[in-house]
Parts: sequence; structure tokens; C-alpha cells
Amino acid sequence: MNSTVLTSDELNQETLSRLYQAMLKIRLAEEKIAEIYPSDKIQSPIHLCIGQEAISAGVCLALGPQDHIYGTYRGHGLYIARGGNLRKLFAELYGKDTGCTRGKGGSMHVVAPEVGLMGCSAIVASTIPVATGDALASALQGRVRVVASVFGDGAVDEGVFFESVNFAVLKKLPILYICENNNYAVHSRVSDRHKQTELSRYGESLGLEGKRFEGNDAWVVYLAVKGAVEKIRSGGEPMLLEFTTYRIYEHVGPGRDHQELYREHEKLDDALKNDPLLKIKSALAKKFGVTEESFGNWDKNFRKEVDEAVDFAEQSPFPESSGLHDDLYKERNGYHDLWPGA
Amino acid sequence: MTYGQALNSALTVAMEKDPSVFVMGIGVDDHKAIFGSTRGLVERFGRERVFDTPIAEGAMTGVAIGAALAGMKPVHIHIRADFLYLAMDQLLNLAAKWNYMFGGQMSVPMVVCSVVGRGWGQGAQHSQSLQSFFMHVPGIKVVMPTTPYDAKGMLLSSIFDPNPVVMIEHRLLYDITGEVPEGYYEFPFRKTVVRKEGNDLTLVANSYMVVECLKAAEYLEEQGISVEIVDPVSLVPLDEETILNSVRKTGKLLIADMGWTTCGVSAEIAALVAEKAFDALKSPIRRMGNEHVPCPVSKPLEKAFYPEAKKIVTVVCEMLGCDVPQGEIPVLATKFKGPF
Repeated sequence: MNSTVLTSDELNQETLSRLYQAMLKIRLAEEKIAEIYPSDKIQSPIHLCIGQEAISAGVCLALGPQDHIYGTYRGHGLYIARGGNLRKLFAELYGKDTGCTRGKGGSMHVVAPEVGLMGCSAIVASTIPVATGDALASALQGRVRVVASVFGDGAVDEGVFFESVNFAVLKKLPILYICENNNYAVHSRVSDRHKQTELSRYGESLGLEGKRFEGNDAWVVYLAVKGAVEKIRSGGEPMLLEFTTYRIYEHVGPGRDHQELYREHEKLDDALKNDPLLKIKSALAKKFGVTEESFGNWDKNFRKEVDEAVDFAEQSPFPESSGLHDDLYKERNGYHDLWPGA
Repeated sequence: MTYGQALNSALTVAMEKDPSVFVMGIGVDDHKAIFGSTRGLVERFGRERVFDTPIAEGAMTGVAIGAALAGMKPVHIHIRADFLYLAMDQLLNLAAKWNYMFGGQMSVPMVVCSVVGRGWGQGAQHSQSLQSFFMHVPGIKVVMPTTPYDAKGMLLSSIFDPNPVVMIEHRLLYDITGEVPEGYYEFPFRKTVVRKEGNDLTLVANSYMVVECLKAAEYLEEQGISVEIVDPVSLVPLDEETILNSVRKTGKLLIADMGWTTCGVSAEIAALVAEKAFDALKSPIRRMGNEHVPCPVSKPLEKAFYPEAKKIVTVVCEMLGCDVPQGEIPVLATKFKGPF
């Protein structure tokens, strides 16, 4: 495990607080989603990232406002950490017209292009090449942004991962590949799918530098991503950062399946002790003297924000069924009627 | 100007007009230049905007999608349409769905060009025409230009359309010549072209099949049979009215598509006419397409596999209840002699 970070930033209270708050907001929002789910008000397959929040928080805080992110069906964390509108998220889960895709995408396709979250896809690894193409565009446009492609450990099983990495390295594109290794592709362990289980080494023969980090430490994630992004932004090669983590909830759905045989129970026990929120909370308390009252206020404020988002979702209208065909194609502007015989 | 030159002209005009247009694909920068359609583009626009790719159709399609999302207008060329099967996930799960699935916030202005092969032993994997696959899935536009005029105008409309477009070209069309205006013009989507007017029967055909049908029609004309040839250049979106109006006029419909008939474009058009102009039909709809096997290599087998002018003449005569002419039925002359 490579726990040395890429930059030498001092631990600072402001960033640490922001990381904690981002994680807390994700945790509270997702716990609320899990709580509501059995009521059937949310009819969209939910893939919760509880236990993995440090990666979403660290990645999103380390990127610049102009940068783009592509994610997966387990995308609530990125959406929230990046600053996506919480009301629109809940409205989307409820299938409401006020949702972030107006009820077209649901939980697996959350998106917030206004803050650079460009898309999330349910087909494993499928946004890796798309993110790579966004980075190609950035390169053609004058290296105006860095693109972060975030995916799970299952994605490195797919061919497009290697194809994309090869192209990115070949063209020296401004892209950062981020693998959230929670050890399970649905219920299948990394070691059941790969002889080489150190996923950060997957691009090695293609010329991709990879590093593995503790992914439940938001500060480690933040520094690793920040360092890599700075390097890439100033003309450096693409990189792959692997963050090890653990999914506390089931692959899909609102419950925990800790009793199931696919779980490696030792890792589960460690993960429950190694909660990313507790880790940063403890650092904030011990190093910076943040009080229980402050933590309590954050908790209270986010719970309020989540409750308001739920109310908003509940009160929002469903889309009209007459809108079923809307947005299949985009209408064109400009260059009209240039064909003389039309 | 040839069809290949017309495509070349479209790319040149588009790249001059808009710096966000770029061309990628296996072999676009080599000495063969995709049968001439990309000739001279590297010299003119540089290697950043005209580049060869790794042989990775899946990811490279995703790369085009991502570039399109981020403000570029990629043209991704496949010298053989068969390789598009490798790109299906990206094309159908992502490109086709991105605008809709994300509530109309981001569209994917990309063009995928693909060339279909035929004859001289192209075989099972160098001969497939995939229009029905793309037509089946909502969110992708599908066009099949037939003439050099169509080719240039349709490629320009496709490049400047904000949606993903799959353009299916035919290798045998690359050498045909026709009038092509200079500069910028467009061939509109949702346009079906009547290639030849006639009264006895409607022949719906696309791309290279139009050429075979024109040859058949010329021969039939000499026998006193007048067929109307209707070419849905834009399959998605489809101009249904021109097809329906022709059937309403003739009362008889034969569809000759470049793909297999089963669940194919011919099936779709037959269903369209059955649903919307059944009362106009004087006899059952007939369809022609590839025989339902992979394309074979050996000449007699290959000949049996494809629909061509002779077979079209025979079916038309059967449908009209007249004797199949005994004389020599023309076989289309083509410059193409292989290997590729």
C-alpha cells in the first residue's frame, strides 16, 4: 500500500472540514434514501456508496471548477460532493419532473453538467472511453481542463478500460483514471476475477503510471488526486489512482448483506472500524479542536437539507406522459435550409 | 465527381468551416485514404485533426462520444462496417441515449461513417450492412446516401447535426460519378427521394441497391413495365409519406434492402405500408435482401446470396403477373475488382 501522498500539503482544518462535510452529506442523504426505499416511493435501482464516501469527497474537492468528472451507477457520492443540487437528486430518485434528468435517468444516471459531473452510466466501464474523449477534446482545445474518470474495480475487467488507457497514454491526454476498489464486482471478489489483484498496475505495460492508496482516508485521497491533477494540468502524463475501500451496503438496494458468503468478514470488520467519517472527524477533533457542538451543527444542518430535499421531491409533480418522446434528439440551431432542393 | 471525392469535399468544407470538426479512424491518414475520401486532409488540417486510431472500436467510439460532449464534432470512419459490432455498446448504450437519459442537457454531435463491402469474395465479415441494428434503437440517426450529391450533402448535414448519426456507405458506390455542387450545402434528414417515376410498381431500395434497381428498371422499361424507385436516404428520421404516396399510386410494393430481410429495414417498411396504406395494396408486399446466411466467398454462392438486377426483374414480373423476359438481363458493370 502506497500511503505516501503526492504533495506535501500540510493537514489543514479548512480542507479537512470540507472533506468531512461532503462525506457527512453523502452519508446522511444515502441513509435517508435507504430509509425511504422500502416505501416504494423510490422506484429506481439504488447503488449506495456508504463506506466509500472518502473517495467521492477527496476527488471532487481536489478538482478545479472547470474540470469534468464521469462516474458510474454508484454515483450519488460524486453528485453530492461535486455540489450537485440535493433537491434535484431526490426529485430524480422519486421520478419527478424536477429531477436532475427530469425523470429520464434515475439513480444510475445522475448528472450535473453545471458543476462538471458530465454523466454516469450503468454499463460497467462504459464512461471510461467517454471521459477519455472529453480529455481529447480538452487537449484539442488547449488543455483547458483535466478529466476524472471514476470507476469501480469491476471496470478494469472490461476491454474498453485497456483500450482507453492505451489511447490516453499514446496521446498524453489530460485524464486521471480513478479506480474505487471495493473488492467486489457485484458479489465477485477481485481475487476471483484476476491473478494480478493490484489494480493500480493494470496500465503498467501500456505506459500508465499507477498508484494505490488507502481510499477510506479522505485526506489521502484528496492529496493524491490534487497532486496528480496538478501534474496533469501542467502537461503531465495520464495517471491511474487506485483507492481501496469497502462497500458497507449490498451491491444494489437499501440493505446490508453482511451475512452473505461472498463477503470476506475480516475485511468487513475492518471496514466498519475504519469508517471514513470517523477517521476525519477524529483528526478534526484531535488536531484542530473541533467541538462536538460543531459536529452536531453540521449533522443537524445536513439532516435539515436532506429533509427539505425529500419534501421537495414529494411535492414535485411527475413528468407529464406527453413528454415521453421529448429529448430523444436535440433540435438543431443554425445552418438551416442551406440545401437548395429541400 | 465520384462518391469518394464528394465525401472528401464534404470533410474538407466542414473542417474549414468549423475548427471543432475532426476526423479519426483506422487508416484515415494512410496512403489509401479510405478509398480516397480522406485524401489530403492530413496535409491540409494537420495530424491533430486527422488521425489514425488504435484498433479499438469500442473505446474509440467512446472517445468520439466524449469529444462530442465536450464541444467537438468528431467524424469517426470505419473502412469496414462489420467492425461496428465492436462499437455497439458505446453507440447504442451511450451515444443513442445520452441526450434522452440525461434529460436533454447534453447531446452527442458525432458522425460514424462505415463502408459496406460486396463482391470479389469479401466474405462473411467484410460485407455486412447494419442499418437495421441502428434503426431499431431510438436515439441514433441513420442515413444511407446513394449518389455523390447525397453523400456530400448528407455528410455535411450529419456533421452539423447535434445528434449521433450513423452513415452507411457502400464500397461499390465510391466510384460512381455525379454532379456535386462546390462549397457548403446540405441534404436534409427525413428525405426520401424518388429516383425514377413509374406507375406499375413501387420499388423501395437504398444505397447500392438503388443502382441495381435502376438497371432492372431500365430493362423493364424496354419490356413496357414502369416501376417507381423510391430511396429512403434518411432511414432515421424516415420520410414515410413519399413511400406511402408511391404505394398509393402503384398499389404494389417490392422492397430491396442491402441487409437481411428478417427483422430488417425491409420488414420495417413492409410493416409501415401494411399499417398505413393497406387499402392501397393490390397484391402482397414482397421483399428482397441477402439470403439468410453469412455472406459466402465462392462466386456462384456469392451470386446466389445477393439480390441484383436479374433477380429484381424476375420478382417484379412475378408480382405483375407477366412472363419473365427470356432475353439477356443486364448484370451491372462495376469498376471494382477487389481486393478490398
